[in-house]
Amino acid sequence: MNPFTPIINGMRITLSHLFKKPVTLQYPTERPNVMPRFRGLHALNVSHNKAKCVACYLCPTVCPAKCITVEAGEDANHDKFASVYEIDMLRCIFCGYCVEACPVDAIRMTGEFELANYRREDFVYSKERLLEKK
Amino acid sequence: MDIVILGLPMMYYIAMVAKVLVAFVFVLLTVAYATYAERKIIGHMQVRLGPMRTGWHGLLQPIADGVKLFFKEEIIPSQSSTFAFLIAPLIALIPAFITFAVIPFGGIIEIAGYKIPLQVASYYDTQVGKVFDVNVGMLYILAMSSLGVYGIVLAGWASNSKYSLLGGLRASAQMISYELSAGLAVVSVFMLSGTLSLNEIVLQQSAFHGFNWFAFKQPLAFLLFFVCSLAEINRTPFDLPEAETELVSGFCTEYSSMKYAMFFMAEYANMVTICALTATLFMGGWQGPFVDTIVLLGPVYFIAKVYFLMFVCMWIRATLPRYRYDQLMYLGWKVLLPLALVNIVITGIIGHFIK
Repeated sequence: MNPFTPIINGMRITLSHLFKKPVTLQYPTERPNVMPRFRGLHALNVSHNKAKCVACYLCPTVCPAKCITVEAGEDANHDKFASVYEIDMLRCIFCGYCVEACPVDAIRMTGEFELANYRREDFVYSKERLLEKK
Repeated sequence: MDIVILGLPMMYYIAMVAKVLVAFVFVLLTVAYATYAERKIIGHMQVRLGPMRTGWHGLLQPIADGVKLFFKEEIIPSQSSTFAFLIAPLIALIPAFITFAVIPFGGIIEIAGYKIPLQVASYYDTQVGKVFDVNVGMLYILAMSSLGVYGIVLAGWASNSKYSLLGGLRASAQMISYELSAGLAVVSVFMLSGTLSLNEIVLQQSAFHGFNWFAFKQPLAFLLFFVCSLAEINRTPFDLPEAETELVSGFCTEYSSMKYAMFFMAEYANMVTICALTATLFMGGWQGPFVDTIVLLGPVYFIAKVYFLMFVCMWIRATLPRYRYDQLMYLGWKVLLPLALVNIVITGIIGHFIK
């Protein structure tokens, strides 16, 4: 076989790539387009100015990483509510099972993916911090 | 003009220093920005962007790299031969730069009545009325490029590390076997030109508006010389002496800081020199259309040709994977060397019958 053909073909391909638009995303300045079903940071849904969560313990039960801590409490109307709701982001594997398991649609996942922090304690998201994400 | 030192006018010395500075700064800047251009071009060929953050589109990247390497810790392995270890980068770097001395980069410019040929090692003799340059310029270049091997071999041996030693051994074997073919490839050019002076070789290519290139008369020699030169300066696909996959970094494994940068600069300076040499020998050097009327077009054509060839080097690097060691030896001894010899014989036969 002619030894030059593969070399010339290869050179032609690399040259044609030179004029293509690069696929690089200049990340911190250019933001990626996060898809609607992306599984990012959790958020607790709100209804009538309070969290929808009824502390049924289905999400900590289904959680494979055991990262959700729920403690039930009783409010003025004798309704069950989550007095403590914490998610440890260092353990969370972002599988989304908690969202699937929730019977009252109290938890969802947002497109937030920049979860870096300086201290380990900051990775444990309290109920207040999870509620902030509207 | 009236002052005469050692039988030569003052202007001679001023012109010489200016030419040395211009050529040196040109090579140095080209070396610095060749690293940037290489990363950019290969990046775009791989549908990436390459450096983008330091300055506009990463234009300050070579400076940032230089500053970084300059301030890195100097590490000398305790088991190394210290003197050889320290001298090796210099032996690699200096021949890479001084080869540029005999390469003509333009015609004759006239400043205040004094004619200056744009070639570092040359001067215009007013009594004889002709340019004198190193009449064995090509031999000088071959000698210097052979010296560059010693730097790499010494670096590999002095580091006292098995990876460095293997890299150095590979470098010596590769460079010696490819130097032969490169030397034989240019012999066929000398058979046509009848001179070893690079200035003369460029002038002989001046017909047809500077398109009487030896590349058209000797296409095989052109190809052979370029391929062998790539192998001699350790560019991909012949970068076996520093094959990252198997030898860590080859001969420069144990080097750090500015000494590593010197090897890096030597590699790119060699690339500049080889491209300049290929342009001079085969592509008409600084010759081009209208170069007789506008003298300053000479350096422009020269730089354009050199940069085009450097782009081809980077293009090859983006395309071809590295040769295996036995393939490299096979190509050198069983393909390129016989081809170069056959080329000489054919050139001789045709030359004999045409005369």
